[in-house]
Amino acid sequence: MFQVPTIADLNLGLTLPALSLALGACVLLLLDLFVPRERKEITAWLAMAGIAVSFVLNLAGFNESGTAFLGTFAADQFTGFLNIVILITAFLGVLLSLDYLKRAKIERGEYYVLLLLSAAGMMFMSSANDLIVVFIALELLSIPLYIMATFRAPDLKSEESGMKYFILGAFAGAFFVYGAALVYGATGTTNLPEIFAAVNGIIAAGGSQMFLLLMGTGLILVGLGFKVAVVPFHMWTPDVYEGAPTPVTAFMSVGAKAGGFAGLLRIMVVALPVFVLKDGQTAAAWQQTFWLVAAATLILGNIVAIAQTNVKRMLAYSSIAHAGYIMMAVAAAGTAGVANEATRAALLYLMAYMFTNLGAFGIALAIEKDDGSDTGVDNFIGLAKSKPALAAMMTVFMLSLTGIPLTGGFVGKWFVFKSALDAGLVPLAIIGVLTSVISAFYYVRIIVNMYLKDGEGDPAAGATRYVNWAIYVAFAGTLLMGIFPWIATNLSDTVVLAVEMFVR
Amino acid sequence: MSVDIEVYIALSAILFILGAMGVLVRRNAILVFMSVELMLNAANLALVAFSRLWGGAEGHLFVFFVMTVAAAEVAVGLALIVAIFRSKQSIDIDELHQMEG
Repeated sequence: MFQVPTIADLNLGLTLPALSLALGACVLLLLDLFVPRERKEITAWLAMAGIAVSFVLNLAGFNESGTAFLGTFAADQFTGFLNIVILITAFLGVLLSLDYLKRAKIERGEYYVLLLLSAAGMMFMSSANDLIVVFIALELLSIPLYIMATFRAPDLKSEESGMKYFILGAFAGAFFVYGAALVYGATGTTNLPEIFAAVNGIIAAGGSQMFLLLMGTGLILVGLGFKVAVVPFHMWTPDVYEGAPTPVTAFMSVGAKAGGFAGLLRIMVVALPVFVLKDGQTAAAWQQTFWLVAAATLILGNIVAIAQTNVKRMLAYSSIAHAGYIMMAVAAAGTAGVANEATRAALLYLMAYMFTNLGAFGIALAIEKDDGSDTGVDNFIGLAKSKPALAAMMTVFMLSLTGIPLTGGFVGKWFVFKSALDAGLVPLAIIGVLTSVISAFYYVRIIVNMYLKDGEGDPAAGATRYVNWAIYVAFAGTLLMGIFPWIATNLSDTVVLAVEMFVR
Repeated sequence: MSVDIEVYIALSAILFILGAMGVLVRRNAILVFMSVELMLNAANLALVAFSRLWGGAEGHLFVFFVMTVAAAEVAVGLALIVAIFRSKQSIDIDELHQMEG
């Protein structure tokens, strides 16, 4: 018989980090009404306070694991680690936005509310244990981002960016829902551990149920592939990243990827790890597809980035390439026994990518003019003379994106390549190393522009106090992860993604 | 008289493909948007049909959430279309090419 759940059944304690952020966003929407128009930085500080509260709650409950909301919400170290990444991204996103919004004359309190809601969506995604929750989290993550990308309206570029993001995002969302519907049709449940329990029987039986399951998995991959921008679902990325206001680009380039990969890892590793079509096969059937997607993403992202002259566009293609490296770890997670190692590698990569990318976008934002122009690669010429500190930090960020030792990017790549090798994906690891070498070409070009070319040097008028703070935090994080990787690996070593933990 | 589950799924697949083609072929932003809605409703039809097949409530629940989210998307999408129409006097998505490269 159907029983009405009590409050105790909901297990609210585990959901506190994500819930507090979502509630914080709602409260902020109300409080913003009382903040005078010319003092919107108060809203920003309140938003940062909300993020800090959620961060503390997340750390306090880091080692608690279990399910909430009747098995639809899972909290574990995977959630805890990703929440750290998401919350730092949101915090730095607010810091980067503070002065930028004022400069661009688009300062409105709703911006911070939307940012918090989107971050809450990412956090729900990292703990989703049910296809319905994955879908809601995906949309909660995306819809605020569509609005934020258009925040510079009536600027045409910003409107175009928002429109493209919206159409392709909604398109991808529809693919995800249809995929989820087919998986539900095959298994009779939307709960990830229950799907796991049903999959083996369906594969053994074959027939139309297996067809539905395969189609459903494929469509889910299309839907989430759009969100994380892997080839062939990457076309929207450069236009959206270029047109959106720079702090929004910084926030979504990290946050949307963290959320999308959280969903992919949850669905693929928790629900479908035993998706084996032939006996004697040790890897999940989807591994081959992920292998191909990762390889194509790495090659295309890194090669097209070379041709870019706008730094936001270049970082967009670079973010596609980095999605390829994370995809490599997801592919490795398809091999039995490597799943946890690969999951940890993906998480470490995301953390290193977060610091480095937010820092790089911070500096792009610093040299940008009030009207959003001057974000070319050539605008970096002579920066070492006019702003030596910024140039030095940009150098570290570029080296980290390439994956040079002593930076966070190297640590992330090292773990990803290692998990790929352990999973037996040697050709993929070789493609990864080769494309890293190619990527040095366009990252080092910026360093050459800053140090070796003669020029006036940009005054970097955008490097105001809060932007500098954000860049310092990103810089410190990049170096700390590179020099003392165990700070991050100690946290990630507790991450275990296994279905046993989440059975109702 | 009852209709077989296959018929519903076939209909939903046809609707979904029609919607996807509409998104790819249509150039008017509002029509593109309607095509996305068609895709979502195709998924809803499949969910309800499967829900009846399995005798569970999850499919129905999912449909409610999809409808709610679709409504939220409509609100944002139409606002975007209005904003673009104000500055360009056109909602042809082929004319959105400020950025190339």
